[in-house]
Formats: sequence, structure tokens, C-alpha cells
Amino acid sequence: MVQFLVHEKEDTVGVATVDIKAGEVAKGLFMDTQNPVEAKALKDIPLGHKIALKDANVGDTVIKYGHDIGKVVAEIKSGDHVHIHNLKTKRW
Amino acid sequence: MEIPKFQGYRRENGRVGVRNHVLILPLDDLSNAACEAVANNMKGTLAIPHAYGRLQFGEDLELFFRTMIGTGANPNVAAVVVIGIEPGWTDKIVQGIAETGKPVKGFSIERQGDINAIAQASRQAKEYMHWASELQRTECSLDELYVSTKCGESDTTSGLASNPTVGNVFDKLNEMGATTCFGETSEIMGAEHVCKERAATPEVGEAFMKTFNAYNDIILQNKTDDLSGSQPTKGNIIGGLTTIEEKAFGNLQKIGEKASYVGVLKPAEAPGGKGLWYMDTSSAAAEAVTLWAASGAVVHLCPTGQGNIIGNPILPVIKLSANPLTCETMSEHIDLNVSAILRGEMTLDETGDGLLDMVVRTANGRLTAAEVLGHREFVLTKLYISA
Repeated sequence: MVQFLVHEKEDTVGVATVDIKAGEVAKGLFMDTQNPVEAKALKDIPLGHKIALKDANVGDTVIKYGHDIGKVVAEIKSGDHVHIHNLKTKRW
Repeated sequence: MEIPKFQGYRRENGRVGVRNHVLILPLDDLSNAACEAVANNMKGTLAIPHAYGRLQFGEDLELFFRTMIGTGANPNVAAVVVIGIEPGWTDKIVQGIAETGKPVKGFSIERQGDINAIAQASRQAKEYMHWASELQRTECSLDELYVSTKCGESDTTSGLASNPTVGNVFDKLNEMGATTCFGETSEIMGAEHVCKERAATPEVGEAFMKTFNAYNDIILQNKTDDLSGSQPTKGNIIGGLTTIEEKAFGNLQKIGEKASYVGVLKPAEAPGGKGLWYMDTSSAAAEAVTLWAASGAVVHLCPTGQGNIIGNPILPVIKLSANPLTCETMSEHIDLNVSAILRGEMTLDETGDGLLDMVVRTANGRLTAAEVLGHREFVLTKLYISA
């Protein structure tokens, strides 16, 4: 059972397709290559929310769909829940 | 690649339709009652009442005529009866539709009243019904279709599965040589630079940016606290969308990965050739789908997350969703369930093939969920207040 999907191989986040519990080693799938990937969740990741696939520092860019979707505003560890508390648009 | 065939209606101008409507088209809001009376008298005809057509002017009036003429000219329409309060503008619409070569006749109400106009128009509508009901479907090829797309009530399952499934089908249709179109100008905010780069030429990219900036200026001029500052919406954020860029890239998944758009269309403007086109539309579903119908689209793809239920009188809207809850609780609205992607059980190429098959079935005559449920949203886009 897949628990998260990653759009493209450059992406730094995956998207939960079920509710993932903190501490779980979640099974994921790259949608472009169909290759499997795993990530240990540090926090609960609700369905539809993003899980970090790598560490990131403040000011780094988060990549999803192979594109820049915003900047890191609080340090992210692999397995973190990525959302409004650590990711912000670069527009305003 | 082998291009699928289907049984469609080849119209007088060579264009291919998938439905065979006899339309009773009101010029203006005042003529709705007469049109509905005619459609009630003559079974199988279709009246499409609307709210405008009086005292419009300038670009707004041009868009009005483009929409009305384009709707009648759509290849899904076999013949048209136009009813208007006065003969001048009624005839303008009749003449515009007549350029396609299809049967069309106008009737006006002034100097004779509703009852006489309804009687005359009903006799004509009856003749058109006899004629249209004997037209036969003939073999057509999928590359002859013009297919439009717009998402509705999006959530994270849209970006993950239903939007890229449409993108997969757009890639396949464009490769076959079909005509495709996307729009939703305001929803591209956050990915406009990438959208600009998807243009076939720098000139087309500049034309897109000009349209995008003009739309954005209007939104900024009229904004209140609940608009630009709050994209993505609270509902989007609860669903897991964080930034406007992320939302916009999810939306752009619908145009696929391969094709560049060959031109920028005004609202309701017909594409000038094959390939992927961009049209300046609102993101409001009924308005946007009405504009695509008026531009000549004959099949529309609507991926939805939370369950948008949009339909159109003449343009079949195929609905797909990857949200298991939507597919379960609103199953009567969904033509194709693509939630297998979320479980890792199907690839986008496989769901794309499934959607392409649904396009062929719809083109062959299968009624969509929206058609069977009677969703006939016909909503004109108005650019500004009337005189």
C-alpha cells in the first residue's frame, strides 16, 4: 500500500495519500519513474499534506511538480510535515 | 500512433460534433419565455435562457455576440431557432450562425407579441427536429475533436491524479493532431512564468503575459481582504496546499508535459487551427465552460477534487475525480474514478487511457453524468455594467 506519492524525481517533498503517523516508515512512489521510495515520518502527515524527503535550511527552495513552490522559513528535517509553519510563497 | 475512430456528426462546414441539438436561442433576457414555450411545444428541442443581451456596448457587446453566435455555430448543434425582442440584433445572430451553413432562422416579438412569435418559431422548430432526427452519425477520427478542460473544486487529489490524468490525455490528443484548450487566467497566478515558457513562440508567450497582467490588474483593482491576500484559500490550506505557486502548478498539470500552446484566444474566440490553445477565461466553472462551448469545443474534461457538478446545455462535460470520498458520496456526478493512482495501483498513463476511452464513448453518444442529471448551466461572461 502506497502512503505517499512524489510527482517528479527532483521534488523535495512527497504528498500523503493516507494519514501517516509520526514514527512510521512510510512507503512512497515516484509518479514519473514508478520507483519506490521510503521516508520515516517525524510528525503526523495528514492525507493530502506534504512530507519532506530531505533536510532543508531557512532560505532554501522547496520543489514540487519539478518547480519552485516557495521558500523554507523554518528548518526542515527529512520526514517533517511541510506546510505553512515552514514553507512560504516567494510572492508576498 | 493509431488514432481512434468514433461515430460523430459531420456538419456543413466540415466540423465534427458529438451531439445533435436543435437549439432555441434567445437573443436577450426578454425572449427567454418565448424560447422556453417553443421548447415545451416541440419535444427534443433545447431552449437556453440567459440573463443578458440588452444595452450592452463596446467590448462587452462584442463578447456577447461572439458567445451567442459561437454557441449556435458549435458543431454539437444541428439547427437553431433564434428569438429576439427586435429584428436587428436577432438577424445579426442568425447571419453569424448561417456562416457555418447550418439551418438557422430568426423570429422577433415586437409588433406581434409572444404568442404569434411562439407559433411561428414552433412550426420552424418542428421542421428542424424532423430534419435533425434523420441525420446519421458517420465515422470520424479523434483528431477532428476540439476538447477543452478546466478543473473545479480542486483539492490535493486534483494535483496528484485527476489533473495530470487530463494532462496525459491532452498529450495524447495533441500528438494525434486534435485541438485542445485550457484557460482559467486567475488560477495561473504563481506559475505564470512557467506558463509563459510553454508558449510555442516568444510572441505567443508575450501575448499570454499581456492577458494575464490585464486580468490580474482587474483583480487587484477590485480586491477586498478576501481575495489576493488569501490565495490559497483556507479550504486549500486545510487540504494541504501551502502556497499559491503549488496551487498553480497543480492546475497546470492539466495541459500535459509535451505540447506548447500555439495561440492566445479572447473569451469565446474559436481556435484558428489544431494543437493546444490558451483562452482568457474566468475560473468560475459555468462561465468558463460556456465560453469554451461558444468557441466550438465539443467535449470538455473537468477533473474535480471536492466535487464540482458543472454541466453545459450543448457541451458534454466529462467529470473525473481521484478523491475516494467524492467518488463515493457524489458518485452520480462522476464519470471516471481515478483514485487508483492514490493507491499506487494505476499509473497516469493507464488512467489517461481510461479517460481517453471515456472521451471516445462520449463522442459516440454516451451521455455524461451532467447531461443525464440535467445540468445545463449557460452563463454569459459580462465584462462590465450595461448602459
